[in-house]
Order: sequence, then C-alpha cells, then structure tokens
Amino acid sequence: MPAKSKTPSNTESYLQMYRQMVRIRAFEDQANKLYLSAKMPGLTHMYSGEEAVAVGICEALTNEDRITSTHRGHGHCVAKGADFKAMFCELLGKEEGYCRGKGGSMHIADQSHGNLGANAIVGGSMGIATGSALRAKLQGSDDVTVCFFGDGATAQGLMYEVMNMAALWKLPVIYACENNGYSEYTKTEEIAAGSITARAEAFGIEAFKVDGQDVLAVNDLSQSLVARCRKGEGPFFIELETYRYHGHHVGDINREYYRSKEEETDWKTNRDPITRFRATLLEQGIVTEEQVEAINAEIAQDAADAVAYALEAPYPDVSEVDMHVYAA
Amino acid sequence: MREITLSKAVNEALAEEMRRDPTVLILGEDVAEAGTPFKVMSGLVEEFGTERVIDTPISEPGFVGMAVGAAMTGARPVVDLMFGDFLFLIMDQLCNQAAKTHYMSGGKLNVPMVLRTNLGATRRSAAQHSQSLQALVAHIPGLKVAMPSSAYEAKGLMKTAIRDNNPVVIFEDKLMYQDKAPVPEEEFLIPFGEAHVKREGSDITLIATSSMVQVAEGVADLLETEGVSVEVIDPRTIVPLDEDTLLKSVRKTSLAIVIDEGHQSYGVTAEIASRLNEKSFYHLDAPVQRMGAMDVPVPFSPALEDVTVPTVETVAQTARKLIAREMFDAA
Repeated sequence: MPAKSKTPSNTESYLQMYRQMVRIRAFEDQANKLYLSAKMPGLTHMYSGEEAVAVGICEALTNEDRITSTHRGHGHCVAKGADFKAMFCELLGKEEGYCRGKGGSMHIADQSHGNLGANAIVGGSMGIATGSALRAKLQGSDDVTVCFFGDGATAQGLMYEVMNMAALWKLPVIYACENNGYSEYTKTEEIAAGSITARAEAFGIEAFKVDGQDVLAVNDLSQSLVARCRKGEGPFFIELETYRYHGHHVGDINREYYRSKEEETDWKTNRDPITRFRATLLEQGIVTEEQVEAINAEIAQDAADAVAYALEAPYPDVSEVDMHVYAA
Repeated sequence: MREITLSKAVNEALAEEMRRDPTVLILGEDVAEAGTPFKVMSGLVEEFGTERVIDTPISEPGFVGMAVGAAMTGARPVVDLMFGDFLFLIMDQLCNQAAKTHYMSGGKLNVPMVLRTNLGATRRSAAQHSQSLQALVAHIPGLKVAMPSSAYEAKGLMKTAIRDNNPVVIFEDKLMYQDKAPVPEEEFLIPFGEAHVKREGSDITLIATSSMVQVAEGVADLLETEGVSVEVIDPRTIVPLDEDTLLKSVRKTSLAIVIDEGHQSYGVTAEIASRLNEKSFYHLDAPVQRMGAMDVPVPFSPALEDVTVPTVETVAQTARKLIAREMFDAA
C-alpha cells in the first residue's frame, strides 16, 4: 500500500473509516451473539469481513447521497450513518427500531441518512437505486446513488435492464458488486460465466475491479467516481473482491461442504480489512496502539450498551399491525 | 356537457396533473412520440418534453423498479404498462417492492406511483394480451386498485391516483378507449373507495366493474322491459372497496350478481360476493352470484373468445333465474 502523506484532513477521515469498520464488526459480533443465544427472532446475514467495502464507499458519500442495500445490509446501514440502538431495536422487532420492528434485519431503511433500505430479494433494489438516480438527474441535483449487491445478484435479469437504461440516460448511479466469492452456498465461478465487469462494459459503463479488503483503495476509487457522477459522467460499476467471514446466514455453521476452513483462515488472517488498516494507521503514526485499543473498547461498549437497551425496549403495540399498510 | 373519449380523458388527466405538479412524470414503452399503441398519450411529449415523458426500452421490471425508486425519492411517476398481461413480468417490483416499502419502513418511505394498464378480452388478441388481472394485484396489501368504467371515471380516478401517496394500479378497458362519455370541462376528482350507484332499482343489484358496467346497464335496460327494476353499482375502486354502498343496496334488493371480467375462480367477484354473503346473509333471498370470465386462457378464435366473458344475455339469464328463485332447487 502506498504511503500517504499525513495531513490533518486525512487523519480525520482515516480515523473515521477505521471507526466505522470497527463499528460494523462490533455490531455483527453482537448480532451473532443474539442469534446464538436465541434472543433474536429469525435469521440474519453477517457483513463481517466486508467492512472496507461499505465504509470505503459510504465515506465518499454525503447524507443527501443515497444507497440501496441487500439482505447482508447491516454494514451499509452503519456505514451510511445509522445508530446502533435503532438498528438493534429493529433486529429484535422493537418499537424504537428504524422501521418500528416491521422490517427486521433484511429491511432496515434509514431515510435520514439516505439509506433507501435493505432488500430481501437478491438484486431487488437495482431498479430502486437506478430510479433514485433518475430522480436526481431530473431534479437537477448532484446527488449520487450507490446500489450495493452481491455477485449472486449479477445473475438477475433486472440488473441488465437497469444498467442499460442508466447508461442510455447517463444516470448518477454506481453499481457496487460485492463479490464475496459465494452465491449463497455456491461458488461464484459456478454461477457466473465470463467476467463480472464485462457485464457493465457491454453497456458502455466504465467498470473497475478493486481489492475490497483495502479501505483506502475502495475509498480513493469511490471518491473519484462519485465526483465524476456529480459531473454527469455516470453511471459506473465497481467489482469489489471481498469475503464473508460467516456463512450465508448466521445459521450456516457447518459449511465445509462448500468452502474450506483453510480458505476462511487465510482471508481472516492475511486480508482482514480492519487489521490491515490498523497497521497502516500505526505505521503512519496516525494513532498509537493505546488510542486504537481505546477506540475499539469504546465501540465495543457502545454496541453492548445498545444491545442491552434493545433487549429491554418494548415491542410495538399490537394495534400497530395494520398501521402503515397505506400512506395517508 | 361535452363528451370525450376515454383515451382523451386519460390524456387530459395526465396533462392537468403534470401542469399542476412538476414531480409527475411518465415512463413506459412508446409513450413519447408514439403516444402508446392506443394513442392515449398523444401530444404529451410535445408539451412536457422527453425528460417527463420517457420512452423506455422493453424492460418492464426495469422501468417499474426505477419508478419505485423515483417515487421513494420524491417523484410521482405514472408507469405505462402496455398490456395488463405484462403484470406477470413485474410482480417482484410491484408486489415485493412498491407495495411493501411503506409498511416495511414503518411508515417512513412512501411510493406514490401509478401503474396504468389495461384489461379486457374480445379484441382477438389471444391469451397473452387479453387478460383481466385485477384480482392478482388486489390481493396484495399496500396496492390500491382503480377500475374506471367510462371516460368520466377514467379522468377522475387517474387524477386521484396521481395525488395518492401509495402505489395505485389503474386498469382501463382497452376496448373502451374510443368510447365517449360526458366529462365536465372544469376540474374534478373522484375519491377512492366511493362506489357509484349508476342506476337505482329495487328488485336486484348488479355490482359490476370496468368493462362489465356497460354489460350491467344493458341488462338493466333489457330487464326493465320485462318489468324488473335493476340497481347497478360500480365500485370504481376495488381497493379500497366501498362495502357500505354495496351492502346497503343488497339489503334493499335481497338479490345480487357480481360481474367482473377477471377469471371467476379466486377472483374479484368471489371476494365481493363473499363479503356480501358474510355481512348481509339474513337480508338475502339467494346466495350472491359470481359472474367472471371462464377459467380458460383467452382463446383466439372469435367463436370461442366471445363465450368466455359475461354478456348482457348471460347475465340477464342469471338474473331472471335468481328472481324466479330457480337457481337453487338442488340446495
């Protein structure tokens, strides 16, 4: 990784990126514990291992910029600025959750930070993200929309329909393909013929491939593409090579039939985005060991406090069950 | 009052709403220069430009999904789905995304979009361009469903749909685009959930939607010559449904037939008939009858197609049997 000159501005942004990645990991560790201790209804899909993707991209966005997210969406939600308490409340189906407990893990939306929502249909939000970009363009605003999706979603026809229109109409949308190597329980190479970036290039969309475990590389590319989108040069496509540490969902524990423990250990040991970035921060003298540990401890405490809060928080009143079917 | 075609009425509704509200835009196949195959949108692109009347590729899930996203972020898109049969192509975007977003977000996100499409057989278009699929979307909570029965309703319901903060599906009868009806020059809206008593009567109630309202009126004319007084009610929207007006009528006449051009099984007629049976059982002289399209794919041959949908003759026959108490000998 090339050494960056240390300036006050990048000190601040580097620390913010570090914090946000640690926050995602802390959130997921707690969510996993909630599942394993049977305190969380349903299942959830862990983002652990992919933190540099969400953070590198979202740190290039403003509050007005929008994202659409996926079933593996906690990372995007945190990276776009969400609050732990409202997120854990949502995961537990509580009234104070972002969606008053009606959405749960796979549908968290946080409109105040431009998160148009996670989506439990693989590839289901690609139209929404592209429509959000169409709206920005018609409105004459320079807001950018990022569509997060996985390698599995590249097999959905919707992607090709909306990329075609985004390219025809030069929409300010960035398609961010988180290639974590697995489409649920199947290796990506078994479900995707040819190259992933070539899919976008076929429409004349500039496509990039980046190490999704390197938050600075992701952020540098994102900063430049977001700026170009604002100037009307979109759309763009990024394939981010990354890895999910857990299974497809928290209940996918015995997974050696589709991927080896050695492979998992290799990614966790040698390519972990947080460990790598921490080393960079220390090398460049941006923080000391003590400061890093203090940041980690503070975030771990925040997450634990938020879980404790959410566990005690009330469920919505049953009278809310038929509320919000229709908007007034 | 002046009379205009249903096509012109929809055109006026769109133009008026687009003038009133700059966030209204139209998306669909051949909506701009072509003005749709039914010429409903002729002239709109000239007035509002290609930024607001947007010709899309033949990518129904894609442009419906984009309308959902545009609606969530402040636009009011009217999506033109060229044939109602193409609903099957867009089910995820309409039913999993548009319909559920407001609820799933705990009321934080709205999807104020209109999907205008059509229904109706007997145009010799065969099984994939002739279906009446309103029951399919009426089944999904979060969607509203409007079914205009004339140019007047088509205009008033379209304007209301565009101003509604929910996804609304409007089914126009594709055989009715050139039919004229009195439509006021001055602005008007038709509220959702208010049925229209088209004709008052005392012997039997015909509840009919969209294309079937004409049939019901034909039956009323015919039976009047036989001394039967027929009440004809057009629900105008099936979601929300104005149950009160329907119940009031059925409690008065004690006999009812529900007529809708969708397939009869598991259909709109079944739902309405069931509610009437549940809520006015002791007022009824006979079970409410359903008359929908036959449960067959719509055939091409005119000889076959014409027998698949309710007609004045078949509905009148059922009505006569009901009135004569002849239908339930075996019951």
